[in-house]
Amino acid sequence: MRIACPICGERDRREFYVKGAALERPVEGAGLEAWHAHVNLRANPAGVIAELWYHEMGCGSWLTVTRNTATHEVLKVELASESGLGGAA
Amino acid sequence: MRIAGKGLATGSKTVNFTFNGRHLMGLEGDTLASALLANDIHLVGRSFKYHRPRGILTAGSEEPNALVTLGTGAVQDPNIRATTQELYEGLEARSQNCWPGVEFDIGAVNNLMAPFLSAGFYYKTFMWPAAFWEKLYEPLIRRAAGLGALSGETDTDSYEKAFAFCDLLVVGSGPAGLMAALTAGRAGADVLLLEEDRDLGGRLLVEQEEIDGKPAATWLAEAVAELRSLENVRLMTRTAVTGAYDQGTYGALERVGHHERRHHSLKGSHRPRECFWRIAAKHCILAAGAIERPVAFRNNDRPGVMMASAVRAYLNRWGVAPGERMTLFANNDDAHRTARDLVKAGVHLAAVIDSRHDAPESDLYPVMRGAQVCNTAGGKRLESVTVRSVRGEERIQTDCLAMSGGWNPSVHLTCHLNARPVWRRDLLAFVPRPDAVPGLRAVGACNGTFSTQGALSEGAAAAEAVLDSLRLQPAQGAIPVAEDAAYEIAALWAVPGKGRAWLDFQNDVTVKDVTQAASENFRSVEHMKRYTTQGMATDQGKNSNVAALAVLADVTGRSIPDTGTTTFRPPFVPVSIGAMGAGATDQGFKPQRFLTSHGASEERGASQLEVGLWYRAAYFPKPGETNWRQSCDREVMAVRKAVGVCDVSTLGKIDIQGTDAARLLDFVYTNTFSTLKIGRVRYGLMLREDGFVMDDGTCARLGESHYVMTTTTAAAGEVMAHLEFVAQVLRPEWDVRFTSVTEHWAQFAVAGPKSRELLNSLLDQPIDNDNWPFMACGEVSVLGVKGRLFRISFSGEEAYELALPAGYGDSLYRSLLARAEALGGGAYGMEALNVLRIEKGFITHAEINGTVTAHDLGMAGLLSKKKDFIGKAMAHRPGLIDADRMQMIGLRPIGAVKELSAGAHLFSPEDPVERVHDQGYVTSAGFSPVYGHMIALGFLKRGAARIGERVRLVDHMRGIDTLCEVVKPVFYDPEGERTRG
Amino acid sequence: MRFSGWRVLKEGLTGNKGWGPQWRDPEPKRDYDVVIIGGGGHGLATAYYLAAEHGITNVAVLEKGYLGGGNVGRNTTIVRANYYLPGNSEFYSHSLRLWEGLEQELNYNAMMSQRGILNLYHNDGQRDAAVRRGNSIINQGDDAELLNRDQVRALAPYLNFDNNRFPIMGALMQRRAGTARHDAVAWGFARGADMRGVDLIQNCEVTGIDVEAGKVTGVQTSRGVIRAKKVALAAAGRSGQVAAMAGLTLPIESHVLQAFVSEGVKPLIDQVITFAEGHLYISQSDKGGLVFGSYLDFYSSYAARGNLPMVEHTMENCVAMVPAVSKARLLRSWGGIMDMTPDGSPIIDHAPIDGLYLNCGWCYGGFKATPGSGNAYAHLIATDRPHGAAAWFKLDRFRSGYGLMDEEGTGAQHNLH
Repeated sequence: MRIACPICGERDRREFYVKGAALERPVEGAGLEAWHAHVNLRANPAGVIAELWYHEMGCGSWLTVTRNTATHEVLKVELASESGLGGAA
Repeated sequence: MRIAGKGLATGSKTVNFTFNGRHLMGLEGDTLASALLANDIHLVGRSFKYHRPRGILTAGSEEPNALVTLGTGAVQDPNIRATTQELYEGLEARSQNCWPGVEFDIGAVNNLMAPFLSAGFYYKTFMWPAAFWEKLYEPLIRRAAGLGALSGETDTDSYEKAFAFCDLLVVGSGPAGLMAALTAGRAGADVLLLEEDRDLGGRLLVEQEEIDGKPAATWLAEAVAELRSLENVRLMTRTAVTGAYDQGTYGALERVGHHERRHHSLKGSHRPRECFWRIAAKHCILAAGAIERPVAFRNNDRPGVMMASAVRAYLNRWGVAPGERMTLFANNDDAHRTARDLVKAGVHLAAVIDSRHDAPESDLYPVMRGAQVCNTAGGKRLESVTVRSVRGEERIQTDCLAMSGGWNPSVHLTCHLNARPVWRRDLLAFVPRPDAVPGLRAVGACNGTFSTQGALSEGAAAAEAVLDSLRLQPAQGAIPVAEDAAYEIAALWAVPGKGRAWLDFQNDVTVKDVTQAASENFRSVEHMKRYTTQGMATDQGKNSNVAALAVLADVTGRSIPDTGTTTFRPPFVPVSIGAMGAGATDQGFKPQRFLTSHGASEERGASQLEVGLWYRAAYFPKPGETNWRQSCDREVMAVRKAVGVCDVSTLGKIDIQGTDAARLLDFVYTNTFSTLKIGRVRYGLMLREDGFVMDDGTCARLGESHYVMTTTTAAAGEVMAHLEFVAQVLRPEWDVRFTSVTEHWAQFAVAGPKSRELLNSLLDQPIDNDNWPFMACGEVSVLGVKGRLFRISFSGEEAYELALPAGYGDSLYRSLLARAEALGGGAYGMEALNVLRIEKGFITHAEINGTVTAHDLGMAGLLSKKKDFIGKAMAHRPGLIDADRMQMIGLRPIGAVKELSAGAHLFSPEDPVERVHDQGYVTSAGFSPVYGHMIALGFLKRGAARIGERVRLVDHMRGIDTLCEVVKPVFYDPEGERTRG
Repeated sequence: MRFSGWRVLKEGLTGNKGWGPQWRDPEPKRDYDVVIIGGGGHGLATAYYLAAEHGITNVAVLEKGYLGGGNVGRNTTIVRANYYLPGNSEFYSHSLRLWEGLEQELNYNAMMSQRGILNLYHNDGQRDAAVRRGNSIINQGDDAELLNRDQVRALAPYLNFDNNRFPIMGALMQRRAGTARHDAVAWGFARGADMRGVDLIQNCEVTGIDVEAGKVTGVQTSRGVIRAKKVALAAAGRSGQVAAMAGLTLPIESHVLQAFVSEGVKPLIDQVITFAEGHLYISQSDKGGLVFGSYLDFYSSYAARGNLPMVEHTMENCVAMVPAVSKARLLRSWGGIMDMTPDGSPIIDHAPIDGLYLNCGWCYGGFKATPGSGNAYAHLIATDRPHGAAAWFKLDRFRSGYGLMDEEGTGAQHNLH
């Protein structure tokens, strides 16, 4: 499995750490339901998913990797800093 | 029997080898199989279940029968295919799965018991009495398990792994693969051509045919010479592609040393036995060829019954006729080449039996059309076959039957990403699904294109398509002219009749077994496979799956495509665990991290222990000390009474800079760091987003926008990734950057009442309690070298951590130790550090075990109410703040038994020791020389409210059962007066 | 037909022609009391115990492929009861006790072999964790022993004791743990359920779950509508997809876990051996194949296949810890889809829809749970009260934080358990 890091180019999967689904963090003061959904619940599609990958053995970038979980096709890789996952700061 | 003058691969030089202790001779270029056949040896092994005599079936890596063991002791290598093992001087091979020997094998009694050993019989018996399974039945079954044997010793061969990259990976070097490589290579593409065999050429090595009017061998030699002349083409032989993975990744096994005799110890030699390759290819052309399949008929498993293409290969490539009186049985035209070549080579061909009524006639040999072989006779070697035709049954004397049930394209790699192959009714075979593996094109025989001309054309066309997407221009050149015969075949899977007709030769699965499975409603192909073990042998059904599927389809009244297929999975050929695990033996499994103080602590005889990847000194024994406890006690007291020095460089150190550094720290720590003054240090607690404690440590403010964070040794990597996550993903707009400086600084704890005295003997500018109070930090200079000094304590004494660039670590450590020793102290190790911190109630990852909250640790006060922080919301879930949770406590023994132990569980003294009454557990325990007894930390239900109560500590594992008093988890100097100096 | 040694002899003498189907292939009825979605190990066991223990036989098991084709057909066959957190302890203890009489109960030889498991430890911290675990196991009433290095060497002399990056210090051993013939477990439960009247319906994919006024009424399938009073999910690996048909989002991420088997070799490894410093579990089957595995591939997947980095990691663990297997050849590798939960422990509970039941989230641990899960799930479905041994497996624990069972201590990141 290979991932095209926007900084480093295409690299082997073993350079990366995978955290899980790329989800927007609830805003400060959000209720328990929102947090439960964020931390525990997963849409878990058999298809296209956006995931957070960390180029740990490379440039250290956190990436949003859009993949197909049924075929392992990688559709898009972008810097996670551009994905707007922070919620309102 | 060797035919003089024949054999493209074999030279004139003789090679001596032994088989089952017998001294034999082969020729250079032989495989073990060709050499055995040249010596007229067919009986090579025994089958798995019935211990039937087994001969050589094929001439390739799919061989199910002729598996042997090479070598002895630490290099004993079981399950070697005689058909791919190249002969070398002194090779020693022996049969396996037989006792006392392959000629007479006691296990063959199973063959007589066969009626009672039908498919799945073991699921129906061996159940009474229940205890007999482990005691009697299973040990008997296990005695019969397996084929060859491992030695049980540590393998002393060496293995390697490597990476390779290319524009185009060509798998297989038959006509299709060669033509693809030539076409792409001539156009300048970066081509990697892999061939499983010793020689390039594939089918061209074994066939008598012409290309461009020249003998195929001549054309092959020219093609190989041209490829070798191209700098952009790499050719690798003895290398089998083993698996297709995602995004154009392939695995391949190179047999580097299998064809050579070991020279003394290969461990010292630079040549590995095998190399496992990881290949990243932009494109792949699969030209893996096809595998001929047997026909199932009664007693088709006797030594001397071989594949027709294998007979042709032994004849043409190695100059060996595997029999003196040959017969051939086929359902397709291709097999007739074997008859033709045998006759032309002057080998006696008794009969060609073709199941088709319209089979082609020949003027070279008689053809029995519409006839079938329905039985064979012979013991350890074929003696005759029985042929059934409209004329009835007749016996034909023969010592070798070449059979062919047609060809199965080698679709295996195209199934590795889960694609199912497609049934071609005209070929009676599965071919690859075109889009099975992204970037992979199947060509030639593996794509169902069996003629040489077709293979050449497809290879060239596929390469041109690849060049197109690489934006390279194909060179001009015509496709060579070669045979273009149509592939004519009629279905024949199993010859009807009584008796056992083998499908899976190694696992002894017969047509009857498949039929019986279907009658027991194991009608799904997966059920049939799992119930009968069909296709689960070392060839993974390469020889037998399609025929078994056809039999199943027949008995269940379905078509073959409707019946389905099982899935081919990696690896294509079995790969040694040693090759794929190369580099991880002995100390190579994980990197070793050594402190700058390692040499000095080794000189002092320190016992080392592993902390993650690090090695740290556990204790420093002094003359006269006979066990670690004495050393540990002394080191603890040295810190308490004088001064100790300990290397703490393994703790994670993260340099944090940026105008938003303070904001970031406020967000990742539960407590506040933006209010921390420059030149001060603060303890901080970090949560995971689920509200549980992730890590703790100190963080020092070195400037307005400059902090240095300390993490625990265990969590250094995790915290670094976490900080980057928070900054890049959650707060990308903030100006903050992180650098791990763990290895940049050598950092030593200097702890004890004389710590300042020690430091002042070393620092260029002395410090005092006013200009360097508790939790102060700043830059210092040691003999002109700039460093950092932190007044922090993990021991409860006045203590400092002094950091210099790592290059000075060794000399700094030695200087500190010399001064400490002069002051009545010295080095202390992890054991003493642990006791000191338990006495003080400081936590490590023994306590922060991933399931505790700030409340559990008594640190709820560190959860800021004024700001948001990671984990804040989830930390306040009702289940995480419930008063009934286990909370951290201290324990001291009050019963007769004074021993406490980590991992023990806690109970109320009146309760039975059962899970339902479990109240908590001990996380850390140690002997406190200060108090003269053991002390411990642990978690206890509602522990914070139970100070002064008694609990029962039970450790079944170590046989400890004692009463304890619950105390506050700070034993030593709870007011912290000593720390403040 | 009752299976026995005599029967094998009798049939052998008459050409093995008398064996009948081990289960029927009935057409689905229009109506059932209980429909179980998923004919893997857990679904079949649930059907069996519903019939055998609760007398509920108007039950259909709907399987989109073939019976036993889920993770019961693709695991590393390990059975053990060595968990240490409450909730898990009593459940796996219950399950192991069911395993111990399973062949006789089912009249089917699932070859449960109590060969023992050795969990190796390599440093003081791991030893103390092993002690805590061992004490939990004893407190639960199961067996555990702490072995020192010499005791481990006596049992498994082929391990790397002499030049190991992480020297072996000892092991936690559970003698009642072992392995079982995984397919036979599914078939035994299938046959037992079928004999008691349960309809096992293969090649029947559920495409929808019908809910009316907050209550389940039946399912849509590739073979038509089937009405049911109760619908029970047992579709691990696809739990999220099936639950979504009822509008539910589960705390589950699906991941691929690879497993490996070597060519058959003569018996070398007697026990199940696990290695925690890297990650490895290895045993040897009665046929001689080494059966082993390691971590997840860590990325979400439904593809039932993995990639080389974890393959190689697994082999590296082997040569580091069990160097005697270096010359064994990997024969086959495959992947199973794991329902990974935020605490690494499963869910057996009511869904928040009347008549709908959940059995999912088994992470790595589903095979050994098979009888316990079926037994407890059948109890829940039959009585609408949780079985005592599975009372902690609540769906709500992730929201409330009560009763989390995070054995690894890695927290709510699904792929870390």
